[in-house]
Amino acid sequence: MKPTYGTIAVKSAMLVIAALLLFAPFLFQDIRALEVAARICIFIVLVASYDLLIGYTGIVSFAHTMFFGFGAYGSAIALKQMGPGWDSVALGTVAGVALSLVVATAIGLISLRVKAIFFAMITLAAASVVLVLASQLSQLTGGEDGITYRAPDLFKTATKLAVDGDGKVLRWFGVKLNGKLAAYYFVFATSLVLFLIMLRITVSPLGTVLKAIRENEARAEAIGYRVVAYRTFVFCLSAVVASLAGSVYAVWLKYTGPDTALSFAIMIDILLMVVIGGMGTMWGAVIGATLMVMAQYYLRDLMGAASEATAAIPLLPELLAPDRWLFWLGIIFILLVYFFPKGIAGTLMARGQRA
Amino acid sequence: MMNRVSETLGRLGGVNLLPLALAAVAFVLIGAPSSWVTLTVAGLSMGMMVFLMASGLSLVFGLMDVLNFGHSAFVSFGAFVAATVLAALSTWLDGGWMLASAALALALLAAIAFGLAAGLFFETVIIRPVYRDHLRQILITMGALIVSEQIILAVWGGTPVSVPRPSFLEGAWIIGDVSMEIYRLFAMGLGAVVFVGLMVLLNRTRIGLLIRAGVENREMVEALGFKINRLFIGVFMLGSALAALGGAMWAGYETLITPALGGEMMIVVFIVVIIGGLGSIEGTLLGAIIVGLTANYIGYLAPKLALASNMILMMAILMWRPSGLRPAVK
Repeated sequence: MKPTYGTIAVKSAMLVIAALLLFAPFLFQDIRALEVAARICIFIVLVASYDLLIGYTGIVSFAHTMFFGFGAYGSAIALKQMGPGWDSVALGTVAGVALSLVVATAIGLISLRVKAIFFAMITLAAASVVLVLASQLSQLTGGEDGITYRAPDLFKTATKLAVDGDGKVLRWFGVKLNGKLAAYYFVFATSLVLFLIMLRITVSPLGTVLKAIRENEARAEAIGYRVVAYRTFVFCLSAVVASLAGSVYAVWLKYTGPDTALSFAIMIDILLMVVIGGMGTMWGAVIGATLMVMAQYYLRDLMGAASEATAAIPLLPELLAPDRWLFWLGIIFILLVYFFPKGIAGTLMARGQRA
Repeated sequence: MMNRVSETLGRLGGVNLLPLALAAVAFVLIGAPSSWVTLTVAGLSMGMMVFLMASGLSLVFGLMDVLNFGHSAFVSFGAFVAATVLAALSTWLDGGWMLASAALALALLAAIAFGLAAGLFFETVIIRPVYRDHLRQILITMGALIVSEQIILAVWGGTPVSVPRPSFLEGAWIIGDVSMEIYRLFAMGLGAVVFVGLMVLLNRTRIGLLIRAGVENREMVEALGFKINRLFIGVFMLGSALAALGGAMWAGYETLITPALGGEMMIVVFIVVIIGGLGSIEGTLLGAIIVGLTANYIGYLAPKLALASNMILMMAILMWRPSGLRPAVK
């Protein structure tokens, strides 16, 4: 099949995004831009793993941040209790993944038999219970304040990866080769590996079975695929990936709290990203995550200006206030679900294709 | 032997006995009769308020197979509208019980009216285009929830709003060493009235007959020439109004409300409708009472477990009866 120009557009956008993320520390030399780039990497993985559920298999779960949180808190607690070191990162990550696996299997086996709607409600309830538990078990999780800790020594800003003749940090194109750079590339590399693994899965026979289940569950069952087993498997898989992403993010941020790893706001972000980018394609996750994270960081500034400009009109300044940006995204979200259910990537890729 | 026991239990009311069993177990565990009565009253009143919020959700699902994740927006809006009306009429609240109850009635009516209007808007604009498509339904109603929460934040701000309530609902009745908060009794009474009203509407009127028939077999009712869509708008508006009323009652109960109220109640409402079985009013009442009682008993016996208890309860009941205690006939 000849690729349509829409597909070419999406794929070239992918290349541009990948290149920008790869060279981010060199292209945008300020701290905030690096934060944005790392967040984009993590959220691409998180959203892609959610897309495995919602886009490829047709399961709506509201517990995805719960698994992200398990991973993040696993690393965070291990780093806090055992001190900064690779052993604590490894232990915390493994613990997070194990907990995610157990919880995902339990939820999956109990409730994936029932209708999609029940599953959505049950995951929502489970996630909210975990959120409250995290704020109540404050000796372990730091409660609402979260936990601050130190990352392994390699990632300290003071660490010198290479030195020049005077013993100072070597610079490449004006960028200091310090621990911050190492940390960014750690985030980038793990995200890339996780994303490629998921991409491989979606084009494998397993991915085809998942799509078959999404399209017609009874038929997939009749052909001989054990639908519950596949669903539980993909639920566990996405939980594990989300948990790993959480661990990496915890190492990068050196802080873990309900707002960064567990809150319902993150779940809404993921949902918006997956729908805006496009459900059912991994590329959609990349586009959605990139756009949304950029919007989160830069749109607010714009809205602040707009709010001041409209100060004379009633209610409008309140709705344009930077904190109300979710209002506009929510409206965009609803309109997208109505008119472009395939999201940006899906709609573009369908362009030029013969029906 | 086992058969005869289960038969006798079935004749006595089957799953309807669960709240009684729960109360009996709690009586033994708590030990002190006076605190048991207080807790039971608290549990029942909480159950009744949750029932108000949950009944609409359950009925809408039963009739149209639509699950509205934005339902909690009606709860929040009801709470804030009632709080605003009460605050505006605060001089009435101090002016004797006639004026005070007029203010209360106005506040509740404002919440109901708002619920009706919002329900109409929600049904026609948001949900109508995505009938029969669960995935998009969940997404769209979730989006609507986000937007509504933002509107609440924009209009009322993020700081807690205090809710004045009429003085005749303040305080507690003390009989012997048992104390019962008057507001709780009031909430219980109102919930009971609404429940009876709903039962009469569903079982004794022609509209109720159509609704029940629609729950059981929608296509057949349509084939007989009834406009079930119009009926559905009515049910949706009623459900939204009840949710707003529940929110208003809850606002008076909490006396300090934040925009997070709807989201917090939503979890409880979901657990209630899942336990009760989606689509049936009796099931919802049963689920609400069980959840209310459990929350209060556990809150007293083992406060640390309070939140997890609802979740454990739901899991246990789902393992026992995957479609809830009293699901609608489907």
